[in-house]
Amino acid sequence: MIRIANGQGFWGDWLEAPVRLVERGPIDYLALDYLAEITMSILQKQRQADPRLGYARDFPPLVARIAPHIRERGVKVIANAGGVNPIACAQEVIRLAPGLKVAVVLGDDVFPRLDEFLAKGYEMRDMDTNEPLSQIRQQILSANAYIGAFPLAEALATGADVVVAGRSTDTALTLAPMVHRFGWKPDEYDKLAAGTIAGHIIECGAQCTGGNCQVDWQTIPGMADIGYPIVEAEPDGSFVVTKHHQTGGRINTHVVKEQLLYELGDPKNYITPDCTADFTTIRLEDAGPDRVRVSGIRGGPRPPSLKLSISYTAGWKATGMLVYSWPQALAKARAADRIVRERLQQLGLSFEEIYTEYFGVNACLGSAAPPNPDPPEVQVRIAVRGPERKAVDRFTRELIPLVLNGPPGATGFGEGRPPVREIVAYWSALLPREEIATEVHLVTQ
Amino acid sequence: MTVPLSRIAHTRSGDKGDTCNIGVIAWEERYYPILLREVTPERVKAHFGALVEGPVERYELPNLGALNFLLHRALGGGGTVSLRTDAQGKTFGAALLSLQIEVSI
Repeated sequence: MIRIANGQGFWGDWLEAPVRLVERGPIDYLALDYLAEITMSILQKQRQADPRLGYARDFPPLVARIAPHIRERGVKVIANAGGVNPIACAQEVIRLAPGLKVAVVLGDDVFPRLDEFLAKGYEMRDMDTNEPLSQIRQQILSANAYIGAFPLAEALATGADVVVAGRSTDTALTLAPMVHRFGWKPDEYDKLAAGTIAGHIIECGAQCTGGNCQVDWQTIPGMADIGYPIVEAEPDGSFVVTKHHQTGGRINTHVVKEQLLYELGDPKNYITPDCTADFTTIRLEDAGPDRVRVSGIRGGPRPPSLKLSISYTAGWKATGMLVYSWPQALAKARAADRIVRERLQQLGLSFEEIYTEYFGVNACLGSAAPPNPDPPEVQVRIAVRGPERKAVDRFTRELIPLVLNGPPGATGFGEGRPPVREIVAYWSALLPREEIATEVHLVTQ
Repeated sequence: MTVPLSRIAHTRSGDKGDTCNIGVIAWEERYYPILLREVTPERVKAHFGALVEGPVERYELPNLGALNFLLHRALGGGGTVSLRTDAQGKTFGAALLSLQIEVSI
């Protein structure tokens, strides 16, 4: 049995979580997921500004903080913290934690090869809209192929203490130690599917240990010290989801079910670079306090294509807010929205979209919100999006004047004029997997 | 009698681009047939009204006593393009809990 923990569900997750995972009990592998769909584009911009950047900067100091546990207890760290610059990330790890053996996995970054792919006739159509990539070619900021567990397992086989990858899938970080330690082969579909589902359960950190959980949420103990998840994996593909003793949170079958359903598509066809997993074969059982046993998982072969994660610039947006107080708070907020729209029209400004929400009334739930006819206060939030920065910038000047020249009782404008933000949008496409070759390198100073 | 969905199920929701998914999980196995009968794609679509522009699909996971709904074109363009506060559909699951369903308990 091997213990694989997840200490980071996204870049920006709780900084203490990975430290407590190595301090509070036994684990063999610490998986850290840093990359959301949009993170790669942010990192790409950082690398353009400084060629030594482009990775998750929280990661090297974290490794330095837990280095004694890595050295003394042999805990291995696997992270997709490399972003668009895994080598620079690995070098910084070595600088801050000298003596550790660090491997990087390369080959996911296909940004320099896009024109070669287009010339070969790969249209790389968006998986949602079916538009060809050529349509946004000039706006592209980054392009990476999602890579699976086998290149990461190859990196573990070098004996590295720390494995740094770029755009590996979230589930691969958990599956890789199983492939490495249990010697699973690419055609052992059921086992790969089991390891993939283990990864799906823990890839969002505390979301499977009581975080963001509707199951008796008010009685979940010790949320301030919530334990992050650990998978106890067996060579046959079965596993237990648990957490360290005397940490907060809760794990039972209902909590795990919520996370199994999180961001799920077709449950019979959960596709990764490693296999296809069938969520309708999962068997769950409570196996003691804060322990859920998972078994019975079936899977199928890996797909012939890899998914590409491409980011591109897509215009500008800004969001402004004002607060109106009782009486007639909602009526005043609605009037303010009408006035702003009329003034934008008078200025001849047009946008792709103007969207208005009323906090306290319907901002989250829209038409499904329960009625609240006379709220004591309402925050109106107006957002615009368009291709011209100038028009969006002009919009940001139209809110605060309402304090003096609009309906009575506006406040909450202390933040001043809202910022204009460039939109970096996400494009996903498929590419034959033969086009992607990964490599493992050991990085020394 | 008529009760809110929250009496027999809990939910979690999230996003994939402009598609919102909602997992609906029966509190007890014996409630799963009620979910199957009452929580149809048509009723989910109607519950969210104008918020969901595209079709609603339903997948069944009898092994978990759960249904998975995909609400297409539901997040104002999704991701960073969306102008909504809840561009990731985090609150859609809780919103579905007020759906009124028929039970004979």
